[in-house]
Amino acid sequence: MPSEPAVRTGPTAATPPKAYDGHRAATPRDARADRKNVVRDVRKEAPPRQEPEAPATPTLRLLDEQGARRPEPGLDRWLADLDPTAADEAARTAARATLVRLYEDMVVARRVDAEATALQRQGELALWPPLLGQEAAQVGSARALRDDDFVFSSYREHAVARVRGAALVDLVRVWRGVAVSGWDPYAINMASPQVIIGAQALHATGWAMGVQLDVDAGRVDAGAGLPVGVAYFGDGAMSQGDVNEAFVFSSTYRSPVVFFCQNNQWAISEPVALQSRVPLAERARGFGMPGVRVDGNDVLAVLAVTRAAVDRARRDGGPTLVEAVTYRMGPHTTADDPKRYRDAAEVEEWTGRDPIARYEAYLRSVGVLDDAEAARVRGVADDAAAELRAGCVALADPPPLSLFDHVYAEPHHALERERAEYAHYLASFGDDDGPGDDGAGGPGAPGDRAASGTGATTGVAR
Amino acid sequence: MTGQTLTLAKALGAGLYRAMTDDDRVVVMGEDVGRLGGVYRVTDGLQAEFGERRVLDTPLAESGIIGTAVGLAYRGYRPVCEIQFDGFVFVAFDQILSQLAKMHARTGGKVRLPITIRIPVGGGIGAAEHHSESPEALFAHTAGLRVVSVANPQDAYTVLRQAVACDDPVIFFEPKRRYHLKGEVDLDPVDPLPLDRARVVREGTDVTLVTWGGLVGTALDAAVAASDDGVSVEVIDLRSLSPIDHDTVAASVRKTGRVVVTHEAPRQAGLGAEIAATVTDRCFEYLEAAPVRVTGHGMPYPPAKLEGHYLPDLDRILDGVDRVLGRVEPFVPTAPAAPRSGAADARPVEAVAR
Repeated sequence: MPSEPAVRTGPTAATPPKAYDGHRAATPRDARADRKNVVRDVRKEAPPRQEPEAPATPTLRLLDEQGARRPEPGLDRWLADLDPTAADEAARTAARATLVRLYEDMVVARRVDAEATALQRQGELALWPPLLGQEAAQVGSARALRDDDFVFSSYREHAVARVRGAALVDLVRVWRGVAVSGWDPYAINMASPQVIIGAQALHATGWAMGVQLDVDAGRVDAGAGLPVGVAYFGDGAMSQGDVNEAFVFSSTYRSPVVFFCQNNQWAISEPVALQSRVPLAERARGFGMPGVRVDGNDVLAVLAVTRAAVDRARRDGGPTLVEAVTYRMGPHTTADDPKRYRDAAEVEEWTGRDPIARYEAYLRSVGVLDDAEAARVRGVADDAAAELRAGCVALADPPPLSLFDHVYAEPHHALERERAEYAHYLASFGDDDGPGDDGAGGPGAPGDRAASGTGATTGVAR
Repeated sequence: MTGQTLTLAKALGAGLYRAMTDDDRVVVMGEDVGRLGGVYRVTDGLQAEFGERRVLDTPLAESGIIGTAVGLAYRGYRPVCEIQFDGFVFVAFDQILSQLAKMHARTGGKVRLPITIRIPVGGGIGAAEHHSESPEALFAHTAGLRVVSVANPQDAYTVLRQAVACDDPVIFFEPKRRYHLKGEVDLDPVDPLPLDRARVVREGTDVTLVTWGGLVGTALDAAVAASDDGVSVEVIDLRSLSPIDHDTVAASVRKTGRVVVTHEAPRQAGLGAEIAATVTDRCFEYLEAAPVRVTGHGMPYPPAKLEGHYLPDLDRILDGVDRVLGRVEPFVPTAPAAPRSGAADARPVEAVAR
């Protein structure tokens, strides 16, 4: 096989790619070669790596993998309210409550995520994109925000949505196929999740430009700190034009935005090395904004880093790119099979960095969590799962003519005619159920709706 | 009436000035729209009046312009985006088709995006490539958008204000070759024609001629020429390309029994096809002849020295009128020579087919 030698020597060639944590493979070919090396167990004998030209971007961390809290002066000041040993009793009580809440947010997120995966396996959802492994990145960042900030996320930010106030059932409407978005964006200041990779980065930027206009018009008091637009996206999105354009616009206009990139190492089957030859956070410098790399499985570090980035934006300091280094422990979606493209050893390695286990060890070590409290949190999580399940299975199919309801905000004569035409067609079935209906009736039965004749009075004359 | 004689470009600027004065959430954004006043000077003077943030020179990134406009609208603003030339809009296609057009539907009506996208459109000005496109069908095919094309200074002023006030996204086409057309503009029109309605710009009884934008003037010239020949042509300026005002077209065709549609864009899947199909559907029993289309050819827009052979002009439109009247022999294509057969077998295909 002529290609075999090249594949075999990829990462061990004379000019190995500049490597850093999570970026050991520079190209998919290198990644495949890496996997072969793993199989042959030669990784330990990897050749010396070329020294990077500049010191690698540090990955900020407060909890080590055993859950021991380490000082990090640059970050500690952002967590002054989270000292479980504070001398002042009120401060100590508040700190402990906040620390437990972070734990609860993560445990509930994981439990709800598992329940949604189960609902998909049982045929109640068509699809589900699990967040397993990314709980700390999502909870830590979302808990750094104010109510009047606005989140523009991708489709995996279930924990963010819950923290923002989304009802659990609203997380699954889209995946059950009964709606294309789950909640009123203005009720929780979080946009409908985005499927087109990276498109929301521009929306967050434009929203933040609106904040600046509001300051000009006297509608926002800059003295109270600017509301901040927050874009969530993944490592794959870093290759999208829209994300890079958002960096240009926000940096040029110094708009109050935080770009929160969850580098979970994989864009379906493509390793992050295919998106970038340098740590993602380093890209920020070229756009004229700070880039910060944080251990995305360390909820305290994520909270601190995001608080700092948000604070900078509030003070009219402009955008920040945060790269949260984490790992997608599950498949891209329930339709994906990651065993086809990544090896078990890598998953095993990241299992040892579990964000919840690490944080739980920390909480127990400082006496904030005991078995009783952990059991209470598990109960909250189980209740949430039950709530999600009950809400999910109760979601009825929307009525057929609701198809036409929101295509336009203002009256539209052509669509009204189409609606009347389709209502007329449905009405031709009389009291019978519509075509292809299984006879179950219910709110989705076309005959019910057609009889109401919504829109039947408009524009049907020839 | 407060009237002024304005060019179409100046009328657009007057419409923007008025919209920005009436509502401080109206913002103008695009490449070169601020300090320069736009490459066609449509936004001339607006930045001096309203400041650098409300009349925003943007980085050269069309997707960025539309995507940030979506974010601004999320926060309650009414952005008016300028895409500098028709051929540049495709860079922003995802933001227009997947984001802007769908947002109201996908949020169950919770998020309104009242964004107007102004696009200089069409050929006939001897421009370089990507500067003479007619992409209206691509947008008219996209649910969630409204599409309009103005042809005179009054509509430029009025329809632009209506578009900015509309809570739906509007693609607003400005025919480049008519930017310098002058006309009387009533700055406070009483009861103007709604945004989504066509206008009969010349009445007639024999043939209905449907067009919009840059070809409205040519169509009117053709109607005058036809009348010298004893043919009475009714000309409809469609104005709204989505939704199409089929009621106005159908009412005319029921009177004339004949319809010609002319547009600059290529024929295949152009709006002419939509109009011909709908006329056939709604006026079948009134038609004296099959609808005729006079359009650009199925090809990339040609170099300037050949655009005269691409764009419908007075003679081609009159030829279309003659065809719909049965005054000229219909074109019958010949079968192409079979490869390597060498035989000059040029039988009419329709004869073969029948």
